[in-house]
Amino acid sequence: MVGCISDLSACLIDAGIGPGLAGFLETLVGTLIVTLLPLTLVIILVWIERKYSARVQDRVGPNRVGPFGLLQPAADAVKMITKEDITPAGADRIVYNIAPILSALSVILIWAVIPFSPVHIGVDLSIGVLYFFAVGSVGALAVMLGGWSSNNKYALLGAFRVVAQLISYEVPNILAALMPVMIAGTLSMQGLVHAQAGMWFAISLPLSALLFFISSIAEVGRTPFDLLEAESEIVAGFNIEYSGMKFGLFMAGEFLHVLTIAILTAVIFFGGWLGPGVQEVPALGWLWLAIKSTILYLLALHMRSTLPRVRIDQLMSFNWKFLVPLSLVNIIVVAFLFKLVQELGLTPAADETTNIIANLPQTFILLLGNLAIIGGVLVYLRGLGREQRLANEMAAAVDEDVEHHPHHDEEVAAAAVAD
Amino acid sequence: MVALSEFAPIGAMLLLAIVVGLLLLFISRILGPNKPTERKSAPYESGMKPIGPGTRRLPVRFYLIAVLFILFDIEVIFFLPWAVVFRKLGLFALVEMFIFIIILLVGYFYAWRKGALEWE
Amino acid sequence: MNIEITFETITFAIFGVLTLAGGIGVVTTRNLIHAALYLIVSLFGVAGIFILLAAPFLAAIQVLVYIGAIAILIIFGVMLTRGMTHLPERFNRQGGLAAVVVIGGFVVLLVGVILPVWGPNGAVAAEAQPIFMTTRDLGIALVDKEQFVLPFEVASVLLTAAMVGAIAIARDDESRD
Repeated sequence: MVGCISDLSACLIDAGIGPGLAGFLETLVGTLIVTLLPLTLVIILVWIERKYSARVQDRVGPNRVGPFGLLQPAADAVKMITKEDITPAGADRIVYNIAPILSALSVILIWAVIPFSPVHIGVDLSIGVLYFFAVGSVGALAVMLGGWSSNNKYALLGAFRVVAQLISYEVPNILAALMPVMIAGTLSMQGLVHAQAGMWFAISLPLSALLFFISSIAEVGRTPFDLLEAESEIVAGFNIEYSGMKFGLFMAGEFLHVLTIAILTAVIFFGGWLGPGVQEVPALGWLWLAIKSTILYLLALHMRSTLPRVRIDQLMSFNWKFLVPLSLVNIIVVAFLFKLVQELGLTPAADETTNIIANLPQTFILLLGNLAIIGGVLVYLRGLGREQRLANEMAAAVDEDVEHHPHHDEEVAAAAVAD
Repeated sequence: MVALSEFAPIGAMLLLAIVVGLLLLFISRILGPNKPTERKSAPYESGMKPIGPGTRRLPVRFYLIAVLFILFDIEVIFFLPWAVVFRKLGLFALVEMFIFIIILLVGYFYAWRKGALEWE
Repeated sequence: MNIEITFETITFAIFGVLTLAGGIGVVTTRNLIHAALYLIVSLFGVAGIFILLAAPFLAAIQVLVYIGAIAILIIFGVMLTRGMTHLPERFNRQGGLAAVVVIGGFVVLLVGVILPVWGPNGAVAAEAQPIFMTTRDLGIALVDKEQFVLPFEVASVLLTAAMVGAIAIARDDESRD
């Protein structure tokens, strides 16, 4: 039975099925699992997300339908599917229908290259990392099409803003994933996991992991970067005209995307399926990956329910004036340090890559470099913040002199006390 | 062919996902009511009658962001093959990539100085 | 072997049709946004053909850069213009002539490519050897002194020039407003 889980085709051949058919059946089952697993997961994700944010905000959350409200998402799905599907007048019908499918597609297709265990992966493409960025970039297109075809100026404006956000944050996202690729020397997802057998990249490259996670959150459009929805402030963004199941597909895509980026972060930086006992029982990899990605997923949920939202100008400058230059500096420093490690002969020998002790010198030097950048950035930001605060106080003082307004007196005094 | 057999499952996945998506929309079309009225199908504008056409001209800054993105995207694509073989390359490749990045940073700082990164 | 070849041929046919149909859609539609969408279909077909040619890296880049970036830029570009999404009339009435010239040029090109392979008398020349380039080879080629290091560095100058140009155009536009 356990053998069947790790190698289905061998198991089928044992059962007396021809090798050609067995291979085909294995591919078929794999494809079905990889496609339908995310679609089923969405239902659970909706429940987790609602319950979690409810608890953070001191509410109870869904608790009426089924035990602990567990059947609530199923009820929601039934409701969505039986709602009237309204197409606004003047909409471009074909494009309007393609957009939600494309949006869900761009997320589901990423699952093809996620390694669940040493032996379970949809396809271990030689260009795995590039593949999921390519597929993910189609999501921006879906938003664009949805917004444009709705024939609603707010949908269009919302779509423009979202697309500008998505394409902007794609740059630091890819630049951050470049560091693990550099050290692993491969673009394949399984290759990246194997390269972390000695040490997780999150430990040797914490800055890259952080940059990747932050820009991924922006790619998903979650708080603090959820300008596309801003559900507590405006009606909706690009999907304002969508109703019924088409809206459901957009939502399913978004909910699934959050889990997907958590899994990708776990795979690229936190060792994916690596964990005790994986060599003996490959199926254990599912468990380790599930634990790691659940922690990251809950972190994303926690950010969603606790952080405030940024303004669009802050969103853009945060990316172009902070994340992008920081990623470039990160590349320069890490590339230099890694070459230095290699020249000094501190990289683990070919037969010792899985040995943690042998990985320590390299990890230590890279970590030190990363911490130096992080420290430098923090000192710089502190200086910048102080400069701005002083400038603000000066401006307030000048205002005070010119206007002699009684309220300003109080404000300055309050500010002085606060300082 | 190696590549084709590698991508065949992805093709199958693509088809399967499209079919599932269409199926969902089809089921919802059957199960849901379909009684369009003029009011209902008017573009939503917080209950008001929509003013002006649905498609508008967009500010030029979006275009600028898209251009910036393409440039960095292409830059990243040059980085990728370089990163894959970085282990095996000598110091020369490192210096070369630094030159590549520095030339690009010149353009980046020009964009910054000219205010192309501002969102006014 | 036979089955494999037919499977490949069918895939090639699908992607070929997608590419051509997308191309025809681009030049025949009146709606500029639709033209951009047809272009995406066409580019997707080309990505599929790259996969058939055992160049998955290029295929992924085709999707990432052309569909994920250039298509978006084109749509943004169309949206910048005033009322170009619904063209009431044809601006260009020389479409037929242009089609003839282009098809003629393509036939000349095609004959030029096919003739050396099949020969003028129907003699089949030696089959071209498939070349497999991996991402690794590409990376080495980009930084090797013997190969493409100069074009690689020049590419960065080109990118910088494009950035400066784009800013010059866009900024200029804004100050005139």
